Amino acid sequence: MNVLELQHLKKHYATHKAVDDISFSIPKGSIFGLLGPNGAGKTTLLRMITGIFYPDAGNIIFDGRAFDPQNDVQYIGYMPEERGLYKKMRVGEQALYLAQLKGLSRKDAEEKIDYWFNKFEISSWAGKKVEELSKGMQQKVQFISTVMHHPKLLILDEPFSGLDPINSQLIQNEIFDMARNGTTIIFSTHRMEQVEEICDHIVLVNKGRKVLDGPVKQIKQDFKQHLFYISLEQQPNPAQMATHHFTIIQQHEKAYTVKLNEYSQTNDILRHFIHHDIQVNAFREILPTIHEVFITQVAQAAV
Amino acid sequence: MNKIWIIIKREYLTRVRKKSFIIITLLLPLMFVAMMLIPVFVMMGGDDEKVAVVDESKIFEGKLADDGGVHYKFIDARIDTLKNTYQQLGYTGVLHIPAMDINRPPSVIYYSKGQMNVMLKTNMERRLESVLEDKRMELAGIDKAKLEGIRADVDIMNLTGKEEKKGSAGLAYGIGYGAAFLVYIILLIFGTTVMRGVMEEKMNRVAEVMVSTVKPFQLMMGKIVGIAGVGLTQFLIWLVLIIGLYSLMGLFLSPETMNAAAGNGMAGGQNEAAMKAMQQVTFVVESANWPLIIASFLFYFLGGYLFYAALFAAVGSLVNEDPNDAQSLTFPITLPVIISIFIMFAAVRNPNGQLAVWGSIIPFSSPVVMMARIPYGVPGTVPYWQLALSVICLIAGFIGTTWVAAKIYRTGILLYGKKVTMKEVVKWLGRKN
Repeated sequence: MNVLELQHLKKHYATHKAVDDISFSIPKGSIFGLLGPNGAGKTTLLRMITGIFYPDAGNIIFDGRAFDPQNDVQYIGYMPEERGLYKKMRVGEQALYLAQLKGLSRKDAEEKIDYWFNKFEISSWAGKKVEELSKGMQQKVQFISTVMHHPKLLILDEPFSGLDPINSQLIQNEIFDMARNGTTIIFSTHRMEQVEEICDHIVLVNKGRKVLDGPVKQIKQDFKQHLFYISLEQQPNPAQMATHHFTIIQQHEKAYTVKLNEYSQTNDILRHFIHHDIQVNAFREILPTIHEVFITQVAQAAV
Repeated sequence: MNKIWIIIKREYLTRVRKKSFIIITLLLPLMFVAMMLIPVFVMMGGDDEKVAVVDESKIFEGKLADDGGVHYKFIDARIDTLKNTYQQLGYTGVLHIPAMDINRPPSVIYYSKGQMNVMLKTNMERRLESVLEDKRMELAGIDKAKLEGIRADVDIMNLTGKEEKKGSAGLAYGIGYGAAFLVYIILLIFGTTVMRGVMEEKMNRVAEVMVSTVKPFQLMMGKIVGIAGVGLTQFLIWLVLIIGLYSLMGLFLSPETMNAAAGNGMAGGQNEAAMKAMQQVTFVVESANWPLIIASFLFYFLGGYLFYAALFAAVGSLVNEDPNDAQSLTFPITLPVIISIFIMFAAVRNPNGQLAVWGSIIPFSSPVVMMARIPYGVPGTVPYWQLALSVICLIAGFIGTTWVAAKIYRTGILLYGKKVTMKEVVKWLGRKN
């Protein structure tokens, strides 16, 4: 089942089309990556999903029904890229305030705050003002206030920027935990290595349009270049490398990156070396990284 | 509705609990009372003054009566010796009046250790002048009693309306001026408080988190209403404190001092005049239509605040990192406020002038200008239709400004890094949602 479905969303500003006919759906419990270069329309898209902007055209289906910003925002947690808290407010009061605005009763909110502050080991900070906290601490508080009301849909815009590795890991584990418990997570970023590590689905947008979407594994398959890495026992002489089955892309120390030619099979490569009696130590397919897919797709669009 | 209430509560509580709020709220009435009392204490200024008088003219002998803490003692001694010994004899100073031609008095000299105070100087001068005048009248053959009889004292009593109520132009002027000025200050102070609050939210980047949870309109109205609450609380506390302190003063100070404090500086010799003035003030204060004045003050304070606070919020949402932007952007809003204070100066003098009438109807200036006119009387000076029109215009006005402000605010609060031009802002107004 899909938690969120976007159907032909459009949002125009005076000078340009920020979002131009974008559709995709997000399965429940998935960690969904929203990728795109700066200015691609990610933030505008997220603002429509969080009810900050109304789309000029198109539909948003949330949890099976037409999205109703008034009531549905309490099922959504949104941590924008431009984060902020009231600097002069105490951490505990701030969390309580935001939780109450999300519709939690005072009692529920206090329980949740206790739970999360203990979990993140920041209980002793509850009485401090936000401005006294380090940046990383503020991030933690921000994250807590985003997830406190147990949203069905959690939207994180660049959640790891400014976090040290330990806190990054902490938040990352939290994200996995929540996804396992049925929370759907939209994860917007342009840090590709995180996408492969975390997301199971992605959508790539550029210049307000959707470039591609689908499960991460599928996309890697779709964009594979039929590249293989083969490591050999000894350096073959050039004559031994001549074949119509593959082309050498790169030569390494006793190893090659090769591209399989059309009409040839993977095993033809292995057979070639077996035929020459050259010992094969390792053989694997090289799939494109999401980073490479991203670069080629965005570069293509730029042409 | 529930959300807006939570926002109002936060806006209110964070401000009311600030140290600066508590200090200002408690300090101001104390300063106000101190301002009334200090001149009184200065006047009563410490110990009695004992003045030795060496009168070589022999005109003043026995005619300088003690008064206002000044005791005159005529001493038949040479001034040269006395001016060296007066301190040992227990006098504050020596007044030396040389022999004189009554029509051309020479300079009178007062010898003292330190600088003589102003109260003593005026006291002595007045005494000497009055004795000299009496003497001259006597020489000119003028009967003093006759002269007193000739002196005219005209006091115009003003009866207003059909019921011929006693009114007072002076009081109306005072109340009108005070109330209008208060509204003016409130508009600017609390308007800028709203603006700073919005700027803070935008610069802290908390705005986006907030508007993903509540509607921008709720956020803006919550702030405006919360700060209005702060203002009302402050005024209520001030009112209670000032009335409380004033009555406390009454317990500890003599009635004369109280009168003096109220009249602020009417000296002892004019006690009779002061008492008369006091009676008149008391009468006049009672004659004013206080319920109407207070009710309209509350209305114009709240209406004017709502009218301008929304605009200030809109401006706050347009400001980027550069606080200088705020100055140039607030100018179009502060300008009408400042213009209305000038219209008020005219209105309080001539409450029926064209400028005053229209100024008190147009909502940009009506909160300030109408407050200057109302103490002159409704419906005497301000006809009912004008009051009704002014009230309706102000209500329509603040609904209008709130609508405009909400449109600007919604877009402005999420706009970073770009300087906004007036043209763009006007475009936003035409946009739907």
